[in-house]
Amino acid sequence: MQTPGLRTRLVVVGHGMVGHRLLTELAEREVLDRFDVTVFGEEPRQAYDRVALSSFFDGATADDLSVVVPGFAETHGVRVVSGDAVVAIDRSAKTVTAASGEVALYDHLVLATGSSPFVPPMPGHGLPGCFVYRTIDDLEAIRDWSARDDVRTGVVIGGGLLGLEAANALRLLGLEPHVVEMAPRLMPVQLDDGASTALRNHIESLGVIVHTDARTSEIAAGPTGSVQRLVLDGADPIDAGIVVFSAGIRPRDELARGCGLAVGERGGVVVDDTMTALDDPNVSAIGEVAAIEGRCYGLVAPGYDMAAVVAARLAGATGERFVGADLSTKLKLLGVDVASFGDAFGETPRSQSIVWSDAREGVHRKLVVDVETGAVRGGMLVGDADGYQTLRLMASGDVPTPEDVRGLVAPASDGGGVAIGPDSLPDVAPVCSCENVTAGSLREAVSEGSHSIGELKSCTAAGTGCGGCLPLVTSLLNCELEKAGVEVSTALCEHFEHSRVELFGLIRFHRHGSWAEVLAAHGTGRGCEICKPVVASILASLGNGYVLEGDRAALQDTNDHALANMQRDGTYSVVPRVPGGEITPAQLIALGQIATDFELYTKITGGQRIDLFGARLEQLPAIWERVVDAGMESGHAYGKSLRTVKSCVGETWCRYGVQDSTSMAIALELRYRGLRSPHKIKMAVSGCARECAEAQSKDVGVIATEKGWNLYVAGNGGARPRHATLLATDLDDDELIRAIDRFLAYYIRTADRLQRTAGWFEELGADVPHLRGVIFDDSLGIADELDADIATHLDTYQCEWTATLEDPDRVARFVSFVNAPDAADPEIVMVSERGQLRPIRDEERGTLVSIR
Amino acid sequence: MSAAQTIHDTGAVCRLDQLSPERGAAVLIGERQVALFRIDDAHGPTVYALDHRDPFTGANVLARGIVGTTGDRWYVASPLHKQRFDLATGECLDDETIRVDVHTVNIVDAHVHVDA
Ligand code: SRM
Ligand SMILES: Cc1cc2nc3c(=O)[nH]c(=O)nc-3n(C[C@H](O)[C@H](O)[C@H](O)COP(=O)(O)OP(=O)(O)OC[C@H]3O[C@@H](n4cnc5c(N)ncnc54)[C@H](O)[C@@H]3O)c2cc1C
Ligand code: SF4
Ligand code: FES
Repeated sequence: MQTPGLRTRLVVVGHGMVGHRLLTELAEREVLDRFDVTVFGEEPRQAYDRVALSSFFDGATADDLSVVVPGFAETHGVRVVSGDAVVAIDRSAKTVTAASGEVALYDHLVLATGSSPFVPPMPGHGLPGCFVYRTIDDLEAIRDWSARDDVRTGVVIGGGLLGLEAANALRLLGLEPHVVEMAPRLMPVQLDDGASTALRNHIESLGVIVHTDARTSEIAAGPTGSVQRLVLDGADPIDAGIVVFSAGIRPRDELARGCGLAVGERGGVVVDDTMTALDDPNVSAIGEVAAIEGRCYGLVAPGYDMAAVVAARLAGATGERFVGADLSTKLKLLGVDVASFGDAFGETPRSQSIVWSDAREGVHRKLVVDVETGAVRGGMLVGDADGYQTLRLMASGDVPTPEDVRGLVAPASDGGGVAIGPDSLPDVAPVCSCENVTAGSLREAVSEGSHSIGELKSCTAAGTGCGGCLPLVTSLLNCELEKAGVEVSTALCEHFEHSRVELFGLIRFHRHGSWAEVLAAHGTGRGCEICKPVVASILASLGNGYVLEGDRAALQDTNDHALANMQRDGTYSVVPRVPGGEITPAQLIALGQIATDFELYTKITGGQRIDLFGARLEQLPAIWERVVDAGMESGHAYGKSLRTVKSCVGETWCRYGVQDSTSMAIALELRYRGLRSPHKIKMAVSGCARECAEAQSKDVGVIATEKGWNLYVAGNGGARPRHATLLATDLDDDELIRAIDRFLAYYIRTADRLQRTAGWFEELGADVPHLRGVIFDDSLGIADELDADIATHLDTYQCEWTATLEDPDRVARFVSFVNAPDAADPEIVMVSERGQLRPIRDEERGTLVSIR
Repeated sequence: MSAAQTIHDTGAVCRLDQLSPERGAAVLIGERQVALFRIDDAHGPTVYALDHRDPFTGANVLARGIVGTTGDRWYVASPLHKQRFDLATGECLDDETIRVDVHTVNIVDAHVHVDA
């Protein structure tokens, strides 16, 4: 296939998930330098995670979804042409022609063009307001259309997996969602009647209106010419401001047809099990467009396998074959677990099924077993997919079915549970089906030094797809570490064997109130700069009063100790709290006067408040006395605690605002001010979806809706930004505050030291249903305790500066020199810049006249 | 007579009870800024004296760091960038090429005397 002496010209058509996987497989095999690669992608952006497409409506951006490591193309010398579709292939000249007119020569051609959504040719299917659900562009168009004032209801045609995802998207966009399904039940391909009914109950309780046995005869336009209504055969029409088709997919084999390659009966480029086109050895097809034995695969995992087969072949290996695929699925649809695996419908002879059904809890679990041996062959789980990974391995024969099959069918919460430990998984057992990672390769990675989920993820890619395998990956990791005698060290430092979380539990349980008690009961040695602030923070979280009381003073970081932030030259900043960013003119004047009198540098911070810099230690009490007199209090800029609640002007002033975001921001800031936590906490409240307060980059973000508030959590700016995750929609004021109370209390109890909510939530596997369960359904049975934690905080809150100024002994601490309480550090030198003072720079010392 | 004068008369820099256990405090001795650290154990109180100046940043802040142990060595961690300095020897535990000056301390009649 190679022109002698030259590099092989490889052209890939389609830069989707599978097309890109081919490139990374080649890169991993370190053979890309043997090729001149050109990739044509019709979409305006490089490959992204289509599987996670719906998270776009949960706040993920196109960048978040990208699967291309930045700089990939440059590093590997691959030419990626985005936004240009290939329109023709000439197999005799071995060229492809793109829409832009570019003609590219190939030695080998790979078709990875995926599928397109099938739009039933019903009357009205092309009206404005009709969409499909496949690309980021589609979702942007759906979002924009849904924002129109006259669009209130949305209809999804098709009640399969994707249709339900689309219905959830419409729901998140604030529309009344309908699903229209021709079959008598939802997800007819994966679920039987019982399972489907359980799913339907869940979905209806979330407000999705389901129409089954429903045939659409026409989509009718309204006076403006866009969609208005769905006309059904023999049923009332449904109002529809938007229609989304999700009625199946068709392989995009038009290029193949155009150049005379064989296509399957139901479409798709016919290939053999090496993914080579039947009638042209210089053409391969992979992903959804490939038809093997007449069948196309609509899942990403088989596509990845195909990409690996072609990469191996291009790298010179022989004998790599595509061996078929596991079509098991597990997903969370609208927060409901749905899984189906193996012979889910009991189609193999001599099988029978065992069903556990609890209509009250909406749980339906069915296992198909062999009549004679009792071995699990398949099943479907709705409402509770506990044990899915292991059951799936039993169905594929990779692990034996235990004696008591009936024990497997009940969910763990009802005394059942899949008792098989990760230890009994054979090496060949696939653990992560998205990335095709076996138990064996995970074990190998652990033995080679990957000792955390993060390391395992980056080293094996396990868990980076749908994430469904993470619980099993975690238990396998822990089990391997234990076996290897690797101390899974969660010890804080040499003085405490405990993690922060354990220590929190111990201190809470024993009601310790001082460092001496904690150290004597649980530690060794005398402590250090790691454990001391942790214990100080835990004691403060548990409401032990003034943070500098008794032996706790010695534990605090210098910032907490000085109740101010130390700057590079040893001076401090003064940051009064400005709740919600709202400040009166009188307070502004007071701050201005204080800054003038003490010659402090002033700056508006990124957190909507005013920072006064350059205060010497011995000046802090006098400055704060003036700040407190002006009616302001400590902003806790120094503590691991609530920073600011950013707000926008909201409904009060803004023409778009739908709720009073400023008042809510102030209420939240006053509620959580001073709450000590593992790391700082930032919040924001926006008055409408325009999001001027940037709530989605905060630990807690609140965005007003027509009906209440949407709550986002675990966002982060800073060095590793994370878009916040939507936790709940349309909460009223009380529901919102209760949810935030519990979220914060749960975080404070369970996070590691210096772990922001984003890192903490990622470590929980970004498991939204879990978090929703804890907060809204009390799934851990600790909601009362979490509420009580916040109640204690509210009871014990005090402004730390007010409390300091009340007590002369506390004030006496603020001196630069104990033997010269009034003296200033003579080496602190300020110079003037733009009309204010700033610390002198080293190189300026001795060259500039000092001003202070 | 004020406390400062008493101290001046005895040649001490401060009273022992002006130092809190395991939390530094700075004193000005002439032009020199010295960080004092009081550690109490079974043998009674010991006071260590180090230069107050953090050699990594040039700021006079070492007395305001957190005091801790590793094994049985006591150290202070700089509040700016957390480098640790042995209280007894002044050695930097994180960079062996760096050391801060230490000074001899005597406690007489519950007063602290420093040779600086
Ligand atoms: C003053 C301010 C910069 C400014 O001039 O605007 C500032 C100053 C500092 N930031 Fe910041 N940050 C300031 C807003 C921010 C923001 C913007 C925001 O809050 O909207 C961010 C990104 C948002 C976020 O945190 O998610 C921000 C991300 C950080 C980070 C990185 C955190 C992370 O999770 O990656 C640090 C380092 C850390 O905390 O470990 C940091 C740490 C610091 C420290 C505390 C560094 C230190 O230890 O000395 C700075 C001292 C504050 C002081 O002396 O008062 N600062 N910092 C802002 C104070 C806001 C306030 O009113 O309290
Ligand atoms: C909402 C949604 C949810 C999904 N959820 C799951 C899931 O949970 N699990 C799962 O396994 N799978 C899921 N899938 C399916 C999965 O996304 C696909 O199986 C996978 O993306 C297939 O990869 P591919 O590369 O074959 O096709 P695609 O990712 O579609 O990539 C094909 C690319 O080729 C481009 N292209 C087409 N023709 C041309 C041309 N002529 N010239 C240039 N470029 C062209 C297309 O624009 C496209 O970008 C989901 C799909 C959707 C839409
Ligand atoms: S978020 Fe909405 S309400 Fe708030 S200022 Fe921006 S546009 Fe106005
Ligand atoms: S099974 Fe989907 S990420 Fe592992």
